[in-house]
Amino acid sequence: MTPNVELKNHQRERYLFSLRLIFCLGFVAVLLAILVARTFYLQVWKHEYFDTMAESNRIFVVPIVPNRGVITDRHGEVLARNYAGYTLELTPEKIPDLNATIAEIGKLVEIKPKDLRRFRKLMSERRSLQTLPVKTRLTDEELARFAAQRYRFPGVEIKARLFREYPLSETTSHLLGYIGRINQQELDDLEKKNLAGNYMGSDYIGKTGIEERYEKEMHGVTGFEQIEVDAGGRAVRMLSRTPPQSGKDLRLTLDAELQKVAEEAFGDYRGALVAIDPSNGEILSFVSKPGYDPNLFIDGIDTESWDALNNSPDVPLNNRALRGQYPPGSTIKPFMALTGLHYDVRSPGFSISDPGYYMLPGSSHQYRDWKTGGHGRVDLFKSIVVSCDTYYYGLATELGIDRMHEYLEQFGFGKQTGIDLKGETSGLLPSTEWKRKRYEQIWYPGDTVSAGIGQGYNLVTPLQLAFATAILANDGVAYKPHLVKEIQHAPDEKQAQPEPLYDLHIPAEHLALVKGAMQAVVKPGGTAVGAFWGVPYPVAGKTGTAQVIGMKQGEKYDEDKVSEYNRDHAWFIAFAPADKPRIALAVLAENGGHGGSTAAPIARKVLDYYLLGKKPKPLQKVIEKEGAEDD
Amino acid sequence: MNLRLIKQRFMLHLDPILMSGLGALLLVSLLTLYSASGGNEMRVFGQLGNIAIGFVALWIVANMPLHWLMRIAVPIYVLGMLMLIGVALFGEISHGARRWLNLGFMNFQPSELMKIAVPLMMAWYFEKHEATLTMKNYVIATLLLLMPVALILRQPDLGTSILIAASGFYVLFLAGLSWRIIGGLLVGAAASAPFLWNMLHDYQRHRILMLFDPSQDALGKGYHTIQGMIAVGSGGLLGKGYMQGTQTHLEFLPERTTDFIFAVWSEEFGFVGNLFLLGLFAFVIGRGFMITAAASTYFTRLMAGSITLTFFTYAFVNMGMVSGILPVVGVPLPLVSYGGTSMLTLLLGFGVLMSIHTHQRLVKT
Repeated sequence: MTPNVELKNHQRERYLFSLRLIFCLGFVAVLLAILVARTFYLQVWKHEYFDTMAESNRIFVVPIVPNRGVITDRHGEVLARNYAGYTLELTPEKIPDLNATIAEIGKLVEIKPKDLRRFRKLMSERRSLQTLPVKTRLTDEELARFAAQRYRFPGVEIKARLFREYPLSETTSHLLGYIGRINQQELDDLEKKNLAGNYMGSDYIGKTGIEERYEKEMHGVTGFEQIEVDAGGRAVRMLSRTPPQSGKDLRLTLDAELQKVAEEAFGDYRGALVAIDPSNGEILSFVSKPGYDPNLFIDGIDTESWDALNNSPDVPLNNRALRGQYPPGSTIKPFMALTGLHYDVRSPGFSISDPGYYMLPGSSHQYRDWKTGGHGRVDLFKSIVVSCDTYYYGLATELGIDRMHEYLEQFGFGKQTGIDLKGETSGLLPSTEWKRKRYEQIWYPGDTVSAGIGQGYNLVTPLQLAFATAILANDGVAYKPHLVKEIQHAPDEKQAQPEPLYDLHIPAEHLALVKGAMQAVVKPGGTAVGAFWGVPYPVAGKTGTAQVIGMKQGEKYDEDKVSEYNRDHAWFIAFAPADKPRIALAVLAENGGHGGSTAAPIARKVLDYYLLGKKPKPLQKVIEKEGAEDD
Repeated sequence: MNLRLIKQRFMLHLDPILMSGLGALLLVSLLTLYSASGGNEMRVFGQLGNIAIGFVALWIVANMPLHWLMRIAVPIYVLGMLMLIGVALFGEISHGARRWLNLGFMNFQPSELMKIAVPLMMAWYFEKHEATLTMKNYVIATLLLLMPVALILRQPDLGTSILIAASGFYVLFLAGLSWRIIGGLLVGAAASAPFLWNMLHDYQRHRILMLFDPSQDALGKGYHTIQGMIAVGSGGLLGKGYMQGTQTHLEFLPERTTDFIFAVWSEEFGFVGNLFLLGLFAFVIGRGFMITAAASTYFTRLMAGSITLTFFTYAFVNMGMVSGILPVVGVPLPLVSYGGTSMLTLLLGFGVLMSIHTHQRLVKT
């Protein structure tokens, strides 16, 4: 190689190198531009997305469960309260061998078969990752024993919580209802109503009664703590805290002492009692017997107790006051009398001669009076006092079912009263149109006859009958029956304001006549004189008997011959003091037989306590029959 | 000698422009480390120590005449290869990789030495055959490159082997390897990809897979990438402020002081801070290119070009990996990440650059 060639190569090499270097410069510039573009994309274009990711990395939201509102009666006696306690709860998903773990826990803390059964039931209806209580109400000693060993039990935790308690237990069971653990269906429901967020930390929800109806008010608003956590999940600091708003306390219209008296007054009878202040619709007492212990339901009832309640022939879970539907029997008569006066079908002076039965024109079928041989001459006043059936057979026939329907409906029969409880039944007030729709049948005159004495198709709930009695007591001015007197801190317009619903404008002389007759019911010659012997305040009342089984023509009902559950139901309605009523009530004693002998004494005790402050002695089931026979 | 003369002698072989660029990057390093370590001064002092050692090495190399560099090229390369073989046979295992050689008094990572030794050797080789380059020379040079790369890849150390392969490739490229061969190599690489894929360790494969969809394994292998991208992205235009990065200070970000330090900077100083940082890198690289262009000999041109481009590759691979466009391969951000070895190697490289620049300047005058 000559130097010349080499030099030439040298130059060529230099030139080539320069080209390559320029190429590299371009390469570097392009890659740097890519980096700029990438960071621009991440930091400016997608900044919001990554910022959210960074925030959700570090911010952990912890719900703070609000305290549930307390329920008191009208005088402040606590009916539902919260108390702090500890439970042992486990998360099934985190525990490989559930049975072994529970067995191990059982060595430290007493787990009763009842707890286990309840746990199994909860297991079958749980939500995923929900913690389930295996033991509630830990004692201090159990708490300490478990705490020392808790490292052995991953997935098991001690929870400090507020528990709900119903101090009056059975006495208020049908009224208050209870709260229980939120199930999947309720959760879906909450999600649909957009309330799931407010229940993030809540385990319980109102299931029935006041607890269900006023769930929204009593639950409160869940608070939140925003906690900054590091990558290891350790809390670094609190960023913000939205305190929970406690649920609102409810003050009921109920008088707890009266409720206790009323419940006790039933003794062993099943039945229901609803007492209303006629001047404003406030419910003073709301009893359905038998009750049940609502405290059993809070953390899930165990299967055995559930079966016992559910299969009992006494159906303790049935809210008779709200949902029980019975023929009103003779308690309909004062309202029938007002209907007759209203349509001018009967005048106060008009009287019939009662042979002890009624026959429709052109028929030989005898509709019997309860009293064989009849009551003799009966006018409207006497028809109520002695509860004459024959009088009302005729009245009903002359009125016709549709006029009865039209007027009686205004006393609240055949439709819901609108009480602040869920699940109310509407009873049944028949009409020709109803029968046509329901059975596609025409209305027979015979149907009207039995409707006249509250039998046949007629059905009422104890609540409805109490409402009707209150309307009558209040001279035809109706107030909606309600249980909540005051919601704590609620704006005034949300409080249950006792506004009259409507006024029937019953003429004063009609009222005086009917009310006077009802007062005579508790006096000598009346059907309830025995129960109200020596009563120091004026009482107006009416007895009633609702047939459970029908009697064939010519057959006579004999209490001793029918089984207990087929015996007649006993009714009594009353208000007192009769001149200026402070309380109106309806009492039903299931299979109690005669209204005057079983239902009326219960009413007497309630009225005595409410008006005189007198506490009665416990009632005995067998009561001597005194004075007049009832219908 | 008075003080001025001492200063003049000290600065004689240092390039003030390059020095200011490096100084700025090192300040960024100290500032970010203090935040990344959660206000731990020890990390900062440790890095200051690394910088001091690296700077001494830089100064010594910068003062070395160029023919010395030529003379040590072969011995260093041979020594490095021997040590790599030694590592393969007797190396200490840590974190599942055999990278370290126990020299009795210290643990040494020979692959770091090869970052300088490989381009040095190749530049020396091309200088030897300057102006008479034939195909054979390129083949031999390629072999000189592939031997150490293969050994390092086996350790396994993907990051280092990529960087060394890159530095050697830059020498080949600048030495004029024909485009046809480069094209052939690319085709060959693509063809051998399935084979190479099999050679990779599981964790390396996983990291490459994660690049395409990090969310697939958000709590496992993809965690690094996702948290890095979250840190960068949440920084926004202006950043969260110094010492205010939540990803950094709440420890969501892994490897905060080392491989992912770029994410710390990005989170706290935002897009504007990134433009500034990229500007600093561009400044240093630009100065490197100027030195390369002005280099007087074939050896120095190749050497300077390779050092500059390798430095850039370092930076690009790291920032690309943190911002999620490259797989997580374990390459630190040059001059910024905490670490003594890489600091030493990098500053040594810049020492060579300065030596090239200042000695030929002296020759010219």
